[in-house]
Amino acid sequence: MSTAAAVDIQQLSFSYAATPVLQGVDLRVASGEFLGIVGPNAGGKSTLLRLILGLLKPSSGRIRVLGEPAWRARRRIGYVPQYPGFSRDFPISVEEVVLMSRFGLGLSSKRRAGEGERPGLRLGRWRRTDRDAAAAALAEVEAADLHGRQIGTLSGGQMQRVLLARALASEPELLILDEPTANIDQRIEGEIFELLAALNRRLTILVVSHDIGFISGYVTRVACLNRTLICHTTDAIDGQTIRALYGEDVRHIHHDHPPPAEAHEAAHG
Amino acid sequence: MGEFLSAVVEQPFLRQALLAGLLASLGCGLIGPFVVVKRISFLAGGIAHSVLGGMGAGAYFGFDPLLGALGAAVVSALLIGWVRLAWRTGEDTAIGALWAIGMAVGILFISQTPGYATDLMSFLFGSILLVPTRELWFMAALDLALLLAVGLLYRHFIAVTFDEEFARLRGVPVSTLYLLLLVLVALTVVLMIQVVGLILVIALLTLPAAMAGQWTHSITGMMATATLLGAGLTSGGLALSYAPDLPPGPTIILLAGALYLVSALAAGLRRRLGRLQRG
Repeated sequence: MSTAAAVDIQQLSFSYAATPVLQGVDLRVASGEFLGIVGPNAGGKSTLLRLILGLLKPSSGRIRVLGEPAWRARRRIGYVPQYPGFSRDFPISVEEVVLMSRFGLGLSSKRRAGEGERPGLRLGRWRRTDRDAAAAALAEVEAADLHGRQIGTLSGGQMQRVLLARALASEPELLILDEPTANIDQRIEGEIFELLAALNRRLTILVVSHDIGFISGYVTRVACLNRTLICHTTDAIDGQTIRALYGEDVRHIHHDHPPPAEAHEAAHG
Repeated sequence: MGEFLSAVVEQPFLRQALLAGLLASLGCGLIGPFVVVKRISFLAGGIAHSVLGGMGAGAYFGFDPLLGALGAAVVSALLIGWVRLAWRTGEDTAIGALWAIGMAVGILFISQTPGYATDLMSFLFGSILLVPTRELWFMAALDLALLLAVGLLYRHFIAVTFDEEFARLRGVPVSTLYLLLLVLVALTVVLMIQVVGLILVIALLTLPAAMAGQWTHSITGMMATATLLGAGLTSGGLALSYAPDLPPGPTIILLAGALYLVSALAAGLRRRLGRLQRG
């Protein structure tokens, strides 16, 4: 299993109704990579993540995640969404939020590998092992002291750490983050990426960001996405070359695709 | 109040009524919090009103109206749930349609059944003073079903009400659980109909849980508090209505409404004080 690529995408296309969102995307993410996906708004970044998570089905092409079809690999992925699907006034503590990713782990690790399991149907209360895993995940993101807090009382940066802990508590092999630092200030953004860099020692990480200059110091590779994969740099690169490359590609888009507003936004947003 | 207490000791029918209120309050506690946090009170209202169709059919064809209510509640819960899962946008219309169609069917059946006026009033506004022992057992059975389902699956229901997409990603069978939750709402509606009637059910389903939510910070805390509040409100409303000979159902609901207002004001005041203290 560990020899398979973390993500293997071949000739992937996807459209919402008649609107093509992704076309002919080829992307292979090796195990242990820290890949940044950048690109303009509406360039298909979030759609690509949803396809990798198996929440959407490709119109054509093939996705394999951790050597499995996307929908089946889901349980082995930790996911940090850009907009969490809950309201902040929900009566729930940080610990309970983190525990939410302990569903889908079956009855035991032995059962986890078995065929025909029904994940998520373990009944009754949380087990000791679940609470320990949640505590460990909170400790790993340096948020152990938050465990009893109401989620509504968290600051933006604290919330982001808790969402990261929720993703980690399922003990994933692949971590996927959609704009993890969109709503927090620069200093905390740095702290979060330091955390991700540390996690990358044991996890494959895929992060979508609009802030290419910032992530370039942390990721091992960058993929630029605007409907299709425009650049795909395999060398380790520093911030300056990415900036240059991104600029070039944006100009390239400018020539090929009419809407200049979008390209402009990509260059400066 | 003293008059009520001595009457409880002397009158078996009042003891039955008190017991019916207590049995119903378990529904306030176990299901009310999910209705409140998932913001599906309109949906619960639709289920409650559509139940009249089943009760009317029961009255007309001569089977127990409560069984009719149970059937109608479960069917409309599943219908509304199916519409929501299949076409997200149609839910609102579906609820409104079932709400009205259920009532229309019920009224037509009842109009063709002799002695309909009294039945109709007790269906609509409850008849806690006339609960027969058989129906107490029926209510106890519903309570047991709710306790079992929530006891085994409360983590899953929290996951589904908290963050549906994330739960789905974690392999939780979200659609099945959502439908099951709606069926439990249907059972709770039927459980409460005897006490406050189908029109007022929605208040008993949401107000105790909403009050509990103002003072506790977890679903399980809401469950315990709402159960106690429900027990207090049904017993208190029954006691208040006894001496002046008021209908108990509406009295219970008004008491709940008044307490909700006080609780909301107090919770708001506490928040403001807290903010002042913090600076």
